[in-house]
Amino acid sequence: MSDSIRLSRRRFLQVLAGGAGVLLVGIRTASATDAPLPAAMLGDTFYDLGAYVRIDSDGNVLIGARDPDTGTGVATSLPRIIADELDADWKNVSVVSLGLGVTDNNGQPRWTYGRQIGGTGGSIPTAWNDLRSVGALARWLLLQAAARRFGVAADRLRCDSGTVIAPDGRRLSYGSLAGDASKIALPNNPPAPKTPDRYQLIGSPAGDVDAREIVTGQTLYAIDHYYGDALVAVLVHCPWPDGTLASFDFAEAKAVKGVVDVISLKPEPGQPLGSTVIAPAVAVLAEDTWSALQGRQKLKLEWKPGASGSENSAALEQQADALLAGKTAPTSRVRDDGDVDAAGKKAARRLQASYYQPWLAHATAEPMNCLVRLEKDHASVVAPTQAPQKAWAVVQRLTGLGPDQIEISVPRVGGGYGRRLDHDYVAEAVMLAKVVNKPVRLLWMREQDLEHDYYRSGSVHQLSVTMDRKRELIGWDQRMASASALAHRGLPDNRLWTSELEADQLPAALVLNYRSDWYAINSAIPRGPMRGMPHLSNAFAVESFIDEIAHSMKEDPLDTHLRLLGTPRQLSLSAGSVLDTARLINVLKLVTDRIGWKNWLHSVNGLGIACWHVEGAYVAHAIEVAMQGEKLVIQRVVCAVDVGRVINPTGLEGQVAGATLDALSIALNLAITFKDGQIQQHNLKDYPLASMAQLPDAVEVIVVPRDDLPPTGASFLAMPTAAPALANAVFRASAVRVRRLPLMKELLRLL
Amino acid sequence: MAPVQAQAVPVTSDSSIVAEKVRDGIDLEINGEHYRHAGDPQMPLLWYLRDILRLTGTKYAGSHDSTGADLVLVDGNAVSAITQPMAKLADKSVITVEGLAANDGGLHPVQQAFIDEDAIGCGYCTPGWLIASVDLLKRKPHPTDGDIDQLPNLCRCGCQTRVRRAIKRVAAGKVSQL
Repeated sequence: MSDSIRLSRRRFLQVLAGGAGVLLVGIRTASATDAPLPAAMLGDTFYDLGAYVRIDSDGNVLIGARDPDTGTGVATSLPRIIADELDADWKNVSVVSLGLGVTDNNGQPRWTYGRQIGGTGGSIPTAWNDLRSVGALARWLLLQAAARRFGVAADRLRCDSGTVIAPDGRRLSYGSLAGDASKIALPNNPPAPKTPDRYQLIGSPAGDVDAREIVTGQTLYAIDHYYGDALVAVLVHCPWPDGTLASFDFAEAKAVKGVVDVISLKPEPGQPLGSTVIAPAVAVLAEDTWSALQGRQKLKLEWKPGASGSENSAALEQQADALLAGKTAPTSRVRDDGDVDAAGKKAARRLQASYYQPWLAHATAEPMNCLVRLEKDHASVVAPTQAPQKAWAVVQRLTGLGPDQIEISVPRVGGGYGRRLDHDYVAEAVMLAKVVNKPVRLLWMREQDLEHDYYRSGSVHQLSVTMDRKRELIGWDQRMASASALAHRGLPDNRLWTSELEADQLPAALVLNYRSDWYAINSAIPRGPMRGMPHLSNAFAVESFIDEIAHSMKEDPLDTHLRLLGTPRQLSLSAGSVLDTARLINVLKLVTDRIGWKNWLHSVNGLGIACWHVEGAYVAHAIEVAMQGEKLVIQRVVCAVDVGRVINPTGLEGQVAGATLDALSIALNLAITFKDGQIQQHNLKDYPLASMAQLPDAVEVIVVPRDDLPPTGASFLAMPTAAPALANAVFRASAVRVRRLPLMKELLRLL
Repeated sequence: MAPVQAQAVPVTSDSSIVAEKVRDGIDLEINGEHYRHAGDPQMPLLWYLRDILRLTGTKYAGSHDSTGADLVLVDGNAVSAITQPMAKLADKSVITVEGLAANDGGLHPVQQAFIDEDAIGCGYCTPGWLIASVDLLKRKPHPTDGDIDQLPNLCRCGCQTRVRRAIKRVAAGKVSQL
């Protein structure tokens, strides 16, 4: 009897008797050379199995959620994939966050649950096959157990809401079968998952599994965790990441009641960005937050700037502008189809425009924080992280502990947006805990969060198009300059462009002669991953420009889009993926039909559209705005998405509406600037996320039914098209073309 | 052991009753329970709730009342807990998100409406939205869109349209029954 079924070279379905009367099924990831371990050797805790389901004798079903939920709803949607395959009664399902799964493999970490990353749009596509096979095996075992009990062949039984039903109507609950099912020999091959026509939970709406705990204030985020003996640490960071502490006096701070220690920290030289302290810092450690904050106020610190002290965001933009206007060769030629220069010589018309976008901060709701307890042979860390494996690596490096001596808890995260793919705050907490020999609860203030971030770089996009006499687009020349988010992170120079733009982005593959060049800007201001990158900035430039092309030809921008997209067909893209123009045309038509586009020229208000594709998912926005004097009112927002199969329509609607509002908020108001290397935005009054009044009252979300295709990620899908649709609508309403974000500031300047 | 001799106390007409010395501290009520804060009167309510009482539903998100995540009801009105020193709260009644539900666990209609509309992103700022919504609906049981626009809360997950629906659901009496 085999204890496991091989799913792929490295992954095995396994069953484990988790105790009397319990059925436990999960996936185990093995290193390539490993033979599958007998289940009995896996230990007696169900946490040893990845992506698992556990059925207790009382019928309760416990499903583990492996990816951190940063508000993307994966704690709900991933377990529902298993539960549907299992025909579980959702009312009896509880979901637990798995935390980081790591074991010791000869001193190297082995990740028990495979990939564990949240908030990057990859959770559902990655989990889709794994989770269904877990649910299918559990159901198969329950059916075999029921077949023996009933004396009826398994293929004549059916499952419904946690019970197995015999042809004569006899019923057995999963709970009563769990013990027997755990003793059934496994099949040689994984049982086939359900056919989609039998899905009951997949595709049907479900609210957030944590909703009740959240609305009653019971959900514990990392920032809400305590140890009784932990010291609270608050910090002052050097205004310059490469600066130094020139002089200091800690005496007054140390004299504050409750303050225990004052400790200075420095980034470790040679460590990539995001894995060590972000800037030199001084930490005040105290018995409680209020004492720590009062101590912090009494610090006397003098900082000396490093090389970044001469940087100005306005000067960097001028530098970018000059690069794009000049004849310097690009840092990277990202794509070069046909012959753009030759096409240019045949042009009957040409058009060029440049688009300017600012630096951005993450501004997560929950500020950076971390709770650490270090012992001789163990570290416990509670951190708001999107990537617990990376947090583990930071703790491991700083403590030298073995792989399984480090425990990383991953509570629900108060917003990620890419900021929590970096773990500088974990490094800070661990460094402090090492010095004070006590648990540390680290807390950043909002000001630090804005002043010390891994920002998204500002960018300049210069787009040129050439058209022939029939107004066909025959050449597209695109130049972008920005400071790569991947610089100083251990990547080779020739890959730095990959965070800034995509080779396959619109209108690549649609214009015969297409060239895309990237120019690197150097900056010591830290940068890192950001939600929606690189689509956010590129879609604004490209989709604004297509609107400008339409205007220059006195054409309906919908017609310009449709001509560009051409006949419905599938085009090969560089990474083996496909651009299905029919799906893109479809979302565009859905939003234009809904908003009443055929009146676009006659409306008193302004209408604008934009479309985009992201890794096999398609999105379009149509937005209607009115100008009331100098006030911009966003009257209607329609968004259509095609994401393949939908797991949870409620969750998807929330993601699409939410991403739309986030993108509008960014486009309307937000910009990080720096002068002499110092960030000029300190709090949310300087970095004004949009208020309720500035945002539309509703976002009309249209989801394309698409049950024939596997699910894709959707967490930021609706971001890229919101800003260009808005700017295009503003142009219709005000005759002002906004080529610089944030939009409100530029609009008021131009009006 | 010899009995302790009671000391004779001279009695005069004026000092016949000596008031017990009042213990230092700030008395207040939080979610229906009585508390006395004997620490620094300047400590903001937010840190009292989070550090001392471990009522962590009220969130820190900024020092300038900037996101609404730290809203609580003080004598029924929504205020930012980080802007309220304990000294200002003597004899006040504070309700936090943990105190919105009834003692038997029955949810406040606004809480239920947030669940019904799934008006939750990451959920970090949700307690603040709940308190602001309770406050608004108490002042205006049938708020207009313009009234709802006045809510001070911010949310990067973009839960605003769903919060708006939740508030209207409460106003229309359409909260689902448990």
